[in-house]
Amino acid sequence: MAKAAIIGVGWYGPRPTTPEVSFREMVFEAASRAYADAGVDPRKDVDAFISAQEDFWEGIAIADEFAPEPVGGVLRPTFTVAGDGLQALAHAVMMIETGMFDIVAVESHAKPSDIATLGEIYDLALDPLHIRPVKPANPLFMMALDAQAYMLRTGADASHFALVSAEERVRGLNNPRASFAGKVSIDEILDSEPVMDPLTRYDIAGFADASVVLVVARPDLAEKYTSKPVYIEGVGFATETGTGTLEWHTWGRMPSMRIAALRAYSQAGIGDPLSSTDFAEVEDRASPYLLMSLEELGLAPEGEAHKLYERGEYEYDGYYPVNPSGGSLAMGVALEATGLLRLLEAVLQLRGEAGAHQLSDAERAIVASWRGPPTTTSAVVVLSGPSC
Amino acid sequence: MASEGKPVNPPGTYLKRQDLERLPGLIRYKPSVKYLFAAGEALSRFLKGLKEGKILGVKCPVCGRVYVPPRAYCEYCHVPTSEWVELPGTGVVHTAVVSYIATDRSRMEKPEIVGVIRLDAPGYREDSYEFAGLFHKLCGVTPEQVMDGSVIGMKVKPRWKPPEERTGSITDIECFEPVEGGEQ
Amino acid sequence: MRVNLHVKDRVAIVGAGMTLFRRRLLETPRELAWEAARQALNEAGLTLRDIDCIVTGTAPDAFDGVHFNGEYLADGAGGFGKPVSRVYVGGGTGVMVPIAAWWHAASGHCDTVLAVAEEKMSPAMPHPQYVFAYIWDPILERPLGPNLIWIFAMEMRRYMYKCGAKKEDIALVSVKNKRNALDHPAAQAAAKITVEDVLNSELLVWPVNRLDISPVSDGAVALVIAREKTARRITDSPVWVEGVGFTLDNTHWYNRELAYPRYVQYAARMAYRMAGIERPWKEIDVAEPYDPFDYKELHHIEGLMLARPCEAWKLVKEGYFDRDGELPTSPSGGLLGVGNPIAAAGLMKVAEIFWQLRYEAGKRQVKKPVHKGVAQAWGDLMQAGTVIVLGN
Repeated sequence: MAKAAIIGVGWYGPRPTTPEVSFREMVFEAASRAYADAGVDPRKDVDAFISAQEDFWEGIAIADEFAPEPVGGVLRPTFTVAGDGLQALAHAVMMIETGMFDIVAVESHAKPSDIATLGEIYDLALDPLHIRPVKPANPLFMMALDAQAYMLRTGADASHFALVSAEERVRGLNNPRASFAGKVSIDEILDSEPVMDPLTRYDIAGFADASVVLVVARPDLAEKYTSKPVYIEGVGFATETGTGTLEWHTWGRMPSMRIAALRAYSQAGIGDPLSSTDFAEVEDRASPYLLMSLEELGLAPEGEAHKLYERGEYEYDGYYPVNPSGGSLAMGVALEATGLLRLLEAVLQLRGEAGAHQLSDAERAIVASWRGPPTTTSAVVVLSGPSC
Repeated sequence: MASEGKPVNPPGTYLKRQDLERLPGLIRYKPSVKYLFAAGEALSRFLKGLKEGKILGVKCPVCGRVYVPPRAYCEYCHVPTSEWVELPGTGVVHTAVVSYIATDRSRMEKPEIVGVIRLDAPGYREDSYEFAGLFHKLCGVTPEQVMDGSVIGMKVKPRWKPPEERTGSITDIECFEPVEGGEQ
Repeated sequence: MRVNLHVKDRVAIVGAGMTLFRRRLLETPRELAWEAARQALNEAGLTLRDIDCIVTGTAPDAFDGVHFNGEYLADGAGGFGKPVSRVYVGGGTGVMVPIAAWWHAASGHCDTVLAVAEEKMSPAMPHPQYVFAYIWDPILERPLGPNLIWIFAMEMRRYMYKCGAKKEDIALVSVKNKRNALDHPAAQAAAKITVEDVLNSELLVWPVNRLDISPVSDGAVALVIAREKTARRITDSPVWVEGVGFTLDNTHWYNRELAYPRYVQYAARMAYRMAGIERPWKEIDVAEPYDPFDYKELHHIEGLMLARPCEAWKLVKEGYFDRDGELPTSPSGGLLGVGNPIAAAGLMKVAEIFWQLRYEAGKRQVKKPVHKGVAQAWGDLMQAGTVIVLGN
């Protein structure tokens, strides 16, 4: 049984820069579209508003101050989840399930183009006592360590990562929201200088400005507002460990995603995700994570994801399409809005509105996102479309 | 029922400033995060107005509120704002205080008077809860006037920097000062 | 929103714990979170294994100097291979944490929830107040070089003007709360002081003197929250979460009346409606309104509808809000007396109501019999109101 329904979506971007608008105006644009899509008046129909954001991304201590105005949440129950947009969505689902809220709006935005020193902010995310003083040359080192551990465990090599990067960027050519799409060959990637061995700049997604707003409703009310509700059947999130104990992370794996997936699957009554869902939008802010996600989500047997990927099982017309949108590698990482971008693409597929990259069979989907280095937090959502 | 009351023996180790500095391996870290904030459509136009010595507001087509500082949307009706209006710049002091400390809590050499100015703008009833207004410095008033309350309700106008010194910033207005003969 | 007094599942608080509140503590933020969590679990007679989900709260990341502060705290708060999330409404966070924990449990998603709030303000240099330089609008406010105390002072000035209160009337709140804190084992700023002491303390921003303000603090507080069936198994005296409310006003604080916090009233109405409370001034037995500044307690008593607008300062004079008064407020000693590690301070207020309703507050126990209590916090740019109503 569905726990909640998404009755409206709206977005702005994602694009590498958006100097024409402030972050607030960007959120207003996305919110207006979402409310128009759902046919609701935010000032009357929406019971609560949630924003997903982090202070240092915003450059404002207590960035929550700026949450209410652009989403229509002034003088209404509004608060911030300092987490990925999918965690905020999980809060919305729980709020609706208490019986006290009928409609909740979820917002997340990112404006990395406003940040002049992104690397320094990643430095600040490292433990100040025993990691930061080591002064890692690149604060995203966690991604390369995970990649190395993954290769060691599965026998995958850099060419598998290059294949994912090339494939995702080509897929993005069909997606109007994919600014980082392009044709690039595997050889070109393998010949390029590694940023952090084994990852090249092609293996790491760029940053994008974006805002995504969702209107989430009690499932039995959904059809009153839209003919194309997308139902949330399960939602889970988990943290493997704190960033202060990053050493305890299981390198080359994403246990948080596995825990989150098990929670979401059990709520949705899913035993085998491969047979009971049609496609997935998964984590890929660096190419190895797409392969790791497939294993953690139960979409590939242990250690086999790279082989199945190579065989084309996850292509558009493969056995189980993954990231038909091109993923973050093609669309960019929109900080805390990254998870909602994955979700947005899945919603559009389920509604049959994905355009040039529409899948022929899209009734049930899995969405999975990680919060990015150095966190070990992930969220997973199971969605079903109007025709399901 | 605990007679001494909860919480019982709350944990924690208090350090004096000197104790802290004597700790081995004390880590000092100075973050150097920097941002380039895009002001956006509404505020860019407002800042441009300030450079020209004008205070601009923008009107909500639904409720008629005039927003200063302007926003691209009405926060009460959630619709885009459209019509720009130039305000006279005059207003009354809503509240004011005398500051003896700076941002980092160091003592100021000379106290500074700051306050909220309720600007004369269409779209609001007199004494309405919401109003068009700015947070700014006040000049030409004394700390005594703040303390005895006579500054509240005082009619004020902006004192502009000379045009060649304006940069399109809120500081293009040096401060708000009393309107001659406008005191109530 | 529907009026719905019968939410899916009743939820109770079954344990609370806290660390000392002090200007400077040796423990790291993670250790503080762990100490508080351990105390709360001990009080409930549980171990971390019994906990399904974690909700954390901490205010500006800049105090700890750590980006992703919620992720940093996660393991200290017991978040190890579990759903962990951090909610955030500035100073209002402390009460938002148990509100979010409430829906984790009331929705059926989690059976037991650990709610942990932590703040370590002392590492920020040259002074923690400097961190507040970054809460202002970067384009319109920061260029004016503001200090956080400015906005409080402006609000206090407006309250004094509108309500006819004098500095010495307002100082009575500080005197009361610091006196109440003498009986609090974790208190940082407990003291026997007089109105004159407040008026003669260092003048910071007129009308605000040093003793009108709560101190800079480090500390953490934790609660264990459980669904009804589990709660009854854990304890004979669960304290029920009967109402929750939260409201955020607009960012532009200088575009609205500062003498009355309408956002607190909206949040309170939401919580009272859920709790079935129609006359809070009669039905609430004990209250912990947020008091980072002395006038703020008055402001919030009025926002919570425990007194009419502009009347709270008169009632303070009569001893109405004393521990043996008609409606005791901040019996803990509040932020002014116990200390103000921002997010943790709000949760301390919820913990105090929990202990009061269990008659476990020892010397702090209020005179009158208690059935219902309310705790409230406030935050952001004078915008956020968070309210929780508890009953025994």
